[in-house]
Amino acid sequence: MEAKVQVQSRAAQTSVPLLAVEDLHVRFETSRGVVRAVEGVSYTVNRGEVVAVVGESGCGKSVSALTIMRLLAKTGRVTRGRIMLEGRNLLELSEDDMRAVRGHEISMIFQEPMTSLNPVLSIGAQIMEPLLIHLKMTEEEARGRALELMQQVGITDGERRLSQYPHQLSGGMRQRVMIAIGLACKPKLIIADEPTTALDVTIQAQILELMKNLSRELGIALVIITHNLGIVARYADRVNVMYAANIIEKGSADDIFLQPAHPYTNGLMRSVPRLDEPRGTKLQTIEGLPPDLRMPPEGCRFAARCPHKLEKCLKPIELIDLGKGHEARCHRVDEIMSGALKVEFPSGPPVTSQAHIGDKPILEVANLRKYFGVKAAGGIFSNEMATVRAVDDVSFAIAPGETLGLVGESGCGKTTVGRVVLRLDEATGGSIKFSGTDVTHHSGREMRGVRRKIQVIFQDPYSSLNPRMTIGEIIAEPLKVYGIVPEKKARAARVGELLTQVGLFPYMAERYPHELSGGQRQRVGIARALALEPELIVCDEPVSALDVSIQGQVINLLEDLQTRLGLTFLFIAHDLAVVRHISDRVAVMYLGRIMELADRDEIYERPLHPYTKALLDAAPIPDPRIERARAPRALRGEIPSPLTPPSGCVFHTRCPIALDVCKQKVPETRDMSKGHLVACHRAEEIQRSEVLQGA
Amino acid sequence: MLLYTLKRLLLTIPTLIGVAVLVFFMLRIVPGDIVEVKLRADGGNVTEEVMQQERERLGLNRPLYVQFADYMWGLARFDLGISMWTERPVIEEIMIRLELSLEVAILATIFATLISIPLGTAAALFRNTWIDYVVRVLTIGGLSIPSFWFGMIISLSLLSLFNWLPPITFTPIYEDPVANLSQLIWPALAVGYRYCAVTARMIRSSLLEVLAEDYIRTARAKGVYEKLVVSRHALRNALLPAITVMGLEFAFLIGGLVVTEQVFNLNGIGQLFVQSVSRNDFMLIQGMVIMIAGFYVIINLVVDLLYAVFDPRIRYGG
Repeated sequence: MEAKVQVQSRAAQTSVPLLAVEDLHVRFETSRGVVRAVEGVSYTVNRGEVVAVVGESGCGKSVSALTIMRLLAKTGRVTRGRIMLEGRNLLELSEDDMRAVRGHEISMIFQEPMTSLNPVLSIGAQIMEPLLIHLKMTEEEARGRALELMQQVGITDGERRLSQYPHQLSGGMRQRVMIAIGLACKPKLIIADEPTTALDVTIQAQILELMKNLSRELGIALVIITHNLGIVARYADRVNVMYAANIIEKGSADDIFLQPAHPYTNGLMRSVPRLDEPRGTKLQTIEGLPPDLRMPPEGCRFAARCPHKLEKCLKPIELIDLGKGHEARCHRVDEIMSGALKVEFPSGPPVTSQAHIGDKPILEVANLRKYFGVKAAGGIFSNEMATVRAVDDVSFAIAPGETLGLVGESGCGKTTVGRVVLRLDEATGGSIKFSGTDVTHHSGREMRGVRRKIQVIFQDPYSSLNPRMTIGEIIAEPLKVYGIVPEKKARAARVGELLTQVGLFPYMAERYPHELSGGQRQRVGIARALALEPELIVCDEPVSALDVSIQGQVINLLEDLQTRLGLTFLFIAHDLAVVRHISDRVAVMYLGRIMELADRDEIYERPLHPYTKALLDAAPIPDPRIERARAPRALRGEIPSPLTPPSGCVFHTRCPIALDVCKQKVPETRDMSKGHLVACHRAEEIQRSEVLQGA
Repeated sequence: MLLYTLKRLLLTIPTLIGVAVLVFFMLRIVPGDIVEVKLRADGGNVTEEVMQQERERLGLNRPLYVQFADYMWGLARFDLGISMWTERPVIEEIMIRLELSLEVAILATIFATLISIPLGTAAALFRNTWIDYVVRVLTIGGLSIPSFWFGMIISLSLLSLFNWLPPITFTPIYEDPVANLSQLIWPALAVGYRYCAVTARMIRSSLLEVLAEDYIRTARAKGVYEKLVVSRHALRNALLPAITVMGLEFAFLIGGLVVTEQVFNLNGIGQLFVQSVSRNDFMLIQGMVIMIAGFYVIINLVVDLLYAVFDPRIRYGG
């Protein structure tokens, strides 16, 4: 019986693709209506191929993937379509047959490595589980195979790791464990749903490189679901772009990136800041929001946001074949492909920097230190404290009208710098001068005056607005507290003005935060910060929770406001391209210290610190030609714990060119040319291109 | 872990001292004393002189600080003093009743655990089906029906259906398990119903929460049998909050069975409490409060240790 099945499937291999999703329709019954999450999605995956599904949140990319695994929530229902795995329709299998497919023939890797592993089961038990169930291995065999898998995914010290629990592993390590679980039974297909979104850039590069290599070596097909175009360009053979429950364009990676046919694909590419674009360009943005999937428009679903829509765009449209597997769902695709129609999205005049670099700096931070005492794993009676050096000897200055970008991986201390500057945390040492006044040790009352001048925009627009206050109340609150606009009517008028300023409408003051989209909420956050007419705004990851097309809108808004109101920004982010786009100067942080600080063109074109170089190498660029030419150069190792930072240069444990001196001596920050500050013992050699060449 | 347990046990000492101080002075604020209850309660006409004599005999006329020092010194030697009413050692008074109360509490816990875990799990797995509704109605009943009333219903049912009533005298379980259980199983059921309802609801809601976690999706994506997904992956996580609730309920049962004990005519801690309060028997009240406080502290420790058994993220260092 077994043999027969195998013969059949081998025969099938020649003609049928490994996986074929055919005309898939998925609906969710919610209390507020039926959401048509996936409508008419079809794509195929061949053996050993890497296929990407790209789109923004809510476009149906994850739902279609979960449908393949038949792991939809109970409210979800497949109303039409087939999912063929080597000639078998997965949707028609019995629940137990489907269970046998999961983890055996198709595995899935999820986005959140922090929550995707069971906290109360050991790593070993979780890796061995599918082996015991599907391959009927004995404990002994499964253990051996688990060790082998750990090695394959780059986990050293597997023996010890097997008996550890998820909380003892870092995010990157956990994702490796997830991959090991996925690989365990040598599946034919792995579906990876945003596998690296929660990880740092350098770890992301490691994980993606690992997945690509494994899929190549073991001949496993890979479906990558992502919103990150850079990842797609680097790893995918074929790409499906989804928008509002439809696939709107599909083709090879080259087709999609070099000759995008659909206006949405075009817009998506241009609304992302890129590491390789010339400076000063303004992002083109796709205005508006995706349609409500409870009642999607009948015609082209992108028409409402498309700058080139015509009358005929209101009529329904199917995917149009452009040859060689390139297809697009657009009425004007012929014009676009022939070049008769050039797709352009609204942007604005290029931005010119408003920075008055020569002037007295508005914010001066000197030798700033922030140590946190954490209770060591002692007990009730021991008061042993361990010190986390979250920020260690950080100095920088920001000129009026300037944007200083502060970039680094998680745990590098960038957010703490922001919090200390805002005086939300007390500095352990060093000084903070605002407009020439030392505010490091200002009392609460003295700070009140200063606080007005320094405002903050937070990362998460979902949790940073009080859900029980209206938008109007949220924005009016600081006006009331500081007695700036004491009169109620005048305050309402000012709120309307502020809302207009950030591209919202005055009538939205009546609404509650949950009634707004993520992008709109972030605009409210900005309006609230602007209410006090501040001089300096600390932006802490202001766009990282937003979708690509919305991200572009918010970045443009911040730039506009800076020009109009002469604001100064301390822009904290982990996305190198976003930081490069918006900043005048950029500081790169690692484990509490600034590694390099320079003018943004200087730092991105001539990085003098090996860490900056590594970060730039790790960040994928949404252009397959560039990506193919780049050597994969993932930084090895993990970020050390800030509890026990390495001696000497904190980066030496991961540095490809570390010498003995790096282990012993903390490198001084030196000015290499016109304010290009670097803290590296070998900066001169890097400058003379003696080491790290071609990186 | 052992070191941690020792430390926690040491920490109970200041807690208990605090309780002792508090209860000692609070009782002294209350007007009246045992002598009044003893000699004048039933309209007895006793002269002031006799009363003074009795106070002197019981040491109640000494200055407060002397009484306090005496009491604390006794505590330091694990001596809870002598009941002012029965004139037997407080420890003895408590011990003869503790066995009964403890057994009822343990029986109720066993009963509640055995029933609530499957009940709560079923309700969560079949959420919004008739199974869930039945469980929810049953548990709401458990929360709203007072235990003593339920106990009365049990007694009356036994009487009218089987023309039988549980024995009234307590037989230790090691002497005659049948007689013992036939007496104590009924009060255990009566209080266990509430206990079970609280726990089942807790398990239902925490299991629902856990079933929505990412790691459950991971387990399903691995092709794990649904039965294992629930028992191995979900329940272990969902039981944690239930353990806390069970610990608190258990501690409550030691001293809180006042009315239920009355219904079943059990001579337990609850009844002793009522008696000693109505008699103003300071020594006995103090002793019982300290004992119950000690129970709470120790059960909390047990709950914390159980947490560590179930959840590897919790490890108590030494």
